Amino acid sequence: MSKFEALAGNEAVATAMRQINPDVVAAYPITPQTSTVQKFADFVADGLVDTEFVTVESEHSAMSACVGASAAGARVMTATSANGLALMWEIVYIAASNRCPIVMSLVNRALSAPINIHCDHSDVMGIRDSGWIIIFSEDGQEAYDNLIQAVRIAEHPDVLLPVAVCQDGFITSHGMERVEIYDDEDVKAFVGTYEPKWPLLDIEHPKTYGPLDFYDYYYEHKRQQVEAMENAQQVVLDVAAEFKEKFGREYGLFEKYRLDDAEVAVVVLNSTAGTAKVVVDQLRDEGLKVGLLKPRLFRPFPAQELAQALSHLKAVAVMDRSISFGAMGNAGPLYLELAAALATHGVHIPIADYVYGLGGRDILPHEIEQVYRDALQIAATGRVEQMVTYLSVRE
Amino acid sequence: MNATGWKEIPIGGMILDAGNSVEYLTGGWRAFRPVFGEAQCINCMQCWLFCPDSSILVEDGKMVGFDLEHCKGCGICASVCPVNKKVIKQVGEVARDDERLCIRMVEEGKFQE
Ligand code: SF4
Ligand code: SF4
Repeated sequence: MSKFEALAGNEAVATAMRQINPDVVAAYPITPQTSTVQKFADFVADGLVDTEFVTVESEHSAMSACVGASAAGARVMTATSANGLALMWEIVYIAASNRCPIVMSLVNRALSAPINIHCDHSDVMGIRDSGWIIIFSEDGQEAYDNLIQAVRIAEHPDVLLPVAVCQDGFITSHGMERVEIYDDEDVKAFVGTYEPKWPLLDIEHPKTYGPLDFYDYYYEHKRQQVEAMENAQQVVLDVAAEFKEKFGREYGLFEKYRLDDAEVAVVVLNSTAGTAKVVVDQLRDEGLKVGLLKPRLFRPFPAQELAQALSHLKAVAVMDRSISFGAMGNAGPLYLELAAALATHGVHIPIADYVYGLGGRDILPHEIEQVYRDALQIAATGRVEQMVTYLSVRE
Repeated sequence: MNATGWKEIPIGGMILDAGNSVEYLTGGWRAFRPVFGEAQCINCMQCWLFCPDSSILVEDGKMVGFDLEHCKGCGICASVCPVNKKVIKQVGEVARDDERLCIRMVEEGKFQE
């Protein structure tokens, strides 16, 4: 029997980790991820998990220990935020390239400098080309559910890639909410036992991970990673279908909210989607045909499905919680990728970008409402007057 | 270049069979090659101990030369040899005339520093 508990997002994630009972966790504390690892350390100390908990001296070491443990054949998890992820960066690529199915809880926080501990998505966007699968979560419930599913996605034989499960720093990581926690045994049955195919600890069959790989093979190994990414999309859907059957909650590549009969929509990641739903309801009450699309799977990027889901609209407003500095229009990564997806798949509708919430700046319903009203204006004229708007920045 | 495609090879660059580094011929990386003057060698095995590429060939307890298919030409053997340049001398792979003379002298046991 599942039960409802009042938990902060990080506690929900730590609870998922307790239920998954990974063989190895290597992590270093960093705000706002800290309470995940702190709570998990309690579980270790209380003997509720069998996990070998490696308290390392830095995030670079944390990810290195994760890669080593994963190659050894362990089910491995970690958690980090912002500059912790930045310090892991070298090994983040190595984890994906060595095909280590590590699962990471990534509590999104702004990268320094200036130093800031609050939410934005500049940390995760830095690893978007690293070969990790990236999943976003609106609230603690989704962070919990996604982490459980991530284990299955990462370890799937057609995938074997690491997965990062994101949630918004402080906003959901420290926001107490009602989270349905499933029965321990059900979660354990769902994630199953990890059967590594090439464990280093199988000393009867010695093997090498991460050898020198020059111009004669390196390229082929990158091509294999492409294949694993392509396979991942279907695996994400299959795991979600099984999850729904077992636990009742529905997940896909993205969530549509009042989108099918909408004329304009906002596309936004993580917790802001929750606020945007409230705005959608208010504007619908006024008779305005507005909707929302909240991407869940960001890597691999389901370009065709997104284009299809938005193809009936008259205008799209993307909200980005990070900037791709120097990219076209100094826009955000979500906008850039979605605009390319629409154009590539023959969906020629006006699309504008609204950067918001950097360094944890609050995003309020009236600001999101302004984005919708802008989008309605764009839909009416068919023209994007300003490609990128830095929402609520002081002039 | 090996013609094996990406579908055939192990993922992630893993090498699933042990002991196959010998198949990887690294001798082509060499810019300097060690030349052996057997006559003055005292068979102390210092070179065998220190060679990072297991490229010192030994038969019946005697140093007999180099495995030039794998020797990367680092010169460690020449540096640790107690008899030094009289026995092992590093010469350029593309030898100049004076080096050719040098090689012959080392090989004939006539080289003196
Ligand atoms: S040059 Fe270096 S690699 Fe070659 S035999 Fe001497 S020590 Fe070994
Ligand atoms: S170190 Fe010099 S003397 Fe000793 S075995 Fe090697 S070549 Fe001969």
